[in-house]
Amino acid sequence: MSKALLYDATLCIGCKLCEQACAEQNHLPYNDSIAAEEKLSAHKLTAIRARDGKFMRRLCMNCADPTCVSVCPVGAFRKAAAGPVVYDQNRCIGCRYCMLSCPFQVPAYEWNNRLPIVKKCDMCGERVAAGRPTACAEICPTGATQFGERNALIAEAQQRLREKPDQYVNHLFGLSEVGGTSVLLLSSVPFVQFGYRADLPHEPLPMLTWRVLSHVPDIAVLGSVLLGGIWWITHRREEVATAEGAEKVRPS
Amino acid sequence: MNGFLSRRRVTFWQGVFAVLLVGGIYATFVRFYYALGGATHLSDSFPWGLWIGFDVLCGVGLAAGGFTLAAVVHIFNIERYKPVLRPAILTAFLGYLLVILALMYDLGRPYRIWHALVMWNPRSVMFEVAWCVMLYTAVLGLEFAPVVFERLGWRAALRWMRFVSIPLVIAGVILSTLHQSSLGSLYLIVPHKLYPLWYSPLLPMFFFVSALCVGLAMTIFESWHSSRAFGRQLELPLLASMGRVLTVLLAVYLSLRFLDLYHRRVLGLLLEPRTETYLFAVEILLMLVPMALLLRRSVRFDPAALYLCAVMVVLGFVAHRLNVTVTGMERASGTSYVPKWTEIMLTLSFIGLGFAIFRWTAKHLPVFPAERPAPAEPKPIPSRARLAPQPVGKD
Repeated sequence: MSKALLYDATLCIGCKLCEQACAEQNHLPYNDSIAAEEKLSAHKLTAIRARDGKFMRRLCMNCADPTCVSVCPVGAFRKAAAGPVVYDQNRCIGCRYCMLSCPFQVPAYEWNNRLPIVKKCDMCGERVAAGRPTACAEICPTGATQFGERNALIAEAQQRLREKPDQYVNHLFGLSEVGGTSVLLLSSVPFVQFGYRADLPHEPLPMLTWRVLSHVPDIAVLGSVLLGGIWWITHRREEVATAEGAEKVRPS
Repeated sequence: MNGFLSRRRVTFWQGVFAVLLVGGIYATFVRFYYALGGATHLSDSFPWGLWIGFDVLCGVGLAAGGFTLAAVVHIFNIERYKPVLRPAILTAFLGYLLVILALMYDLGRPYRIWHALVMWNPRSVMFEVAWCVMLYTAVLGLEFAPVVFERLGWRAALRWMRFVSIPLVIAGVILSTLHQSSLGSLYLIVPHKLYPLWYSPLLPMFFFVSALCVGLAMTIFESWHSSRAFGRQLELPLLASMGRVLTVLLAVYLSLRFLDLYHRRVLGLLLEPRTETYLFAVEILLMLVPMALLLRRSVRFDPAALYLCAVMVVLGFVAHRLNVTVTGMERASGTSYVPKWTEIMLTLSFIGLGFAIFRWTAKHLPVFPAERPAPAEPKPIPSRARLAPQPVGKD
């Protein structure tokens, strides 16, 4: 079954232990100045944002039908059955189309590395595959970040929304955004205030390009037939001319 | 006097080219020593800039004359366009080679470009783009090969080429159609990022039709330039009739653009006083003005005016692609992107390289039809005086 993360901002105390655990897990540096950064980057794969005493977490949403998986020309991204969207740096050619197209603006690039790779949270792909929770969920002292079965977490989140409607905005973010994500968010303030888009479609984005791409064989086959046919027809006059040995019929 | 002037001009342009080359070499060092971060103003929130927006997307588009004219001459059998076919194929071939060169700078790991050959992802537009670039460059190489064979006097090779030329042309037209439109499809996946004046489900169609327009405009452009550079007769009646076709294509393109805005109910955005609106207006006017001008016969048969119209179409085309790749993406990204000098320098070097190689090739290979002047070079006659009269009836 597919795993997921549920982040409940109302339980978050902004201790940033998740950031630290994430850095350790991914062998990235972590210190006070990095802790102060609120942006995702090649050296920070999850970030806690604070606004007026409220918190919100940013990390890869690990979509159900991920845009990055669909756009990568060399198939460097893969949606694992357990939920994580994992990246194979040995395939990546560095076109950065994943960064351009990610609806959550998550993938980051090692701009100052001569042999750069893309960096993003992969929901601790290896740990999850081994049946363990993500590093961030394991360390979270308040249960704000919770790891579990996606269906169970959805039920849990919806129960919280039902029981304490005054504590939450009535929106489980990630339930249906771009076709659903493996990271689910609850908040007491509208998600847009923390930079999450309110205008995301509820269908997976890869459909937008697939609708066109699926017609490539049609264009190739019908186009060839059509062009070949036109060539055959337009050159008929010459055939006739040669057959009759007539000179003047040649088109000018 | 004209001969003296043109000799002066040559040395001037050679100087410009030398500067561009030296600048380009230094920028190359910066790019590969200080990485993308040191050579560009790209960022996580703005990962594609001038090199993709101009060098790649416009480069491919400006090469569209190759497949357009190949189809006109070989498929539709309109033979009178033959004189401008070879230069158009050469432009396309050089264009694609330069696009690949630019990609080598933009890709984070250019040495892995071959990965797309073996690591497939048919769901990716970029995958389609990669294959189109590779295959069409190969096709263009083969389409241009007869020019080289002719120069070398390889009769047998020429006969073989004639045998495969039609399948090659058909493959070229199909690949180009797919490639031009897929560059637009690249942006279908960012409905939430691309400004609504440009985001449209019809992006692939717009990219294809505008490529047809710019293919004709580029053919007029380069015919005009090579007639000046090599003191050749300008194929004016031919170019004038291309101007007529161009008008029709521009009209189709502009109608599509506005119908699209209407159906998506975003016409109202045109009243918003903001950068996007102004740049949209620039882009549209650069297509609309030449369309209107080219309706007039006197414009089509005036080499200077015809040239000016072609230049406007090229600029309008570039403006559209830059609007899609840069202007339209800025607002949602929350950043403002201005290319770094290295990005601009390398772009200019690529353009310079294109002009220089075209010039060299046209000089040493039979790119233009036979009437090229003998090496003893008679003084070129001022182009205006030679060209202005004699509007032949056919247009």
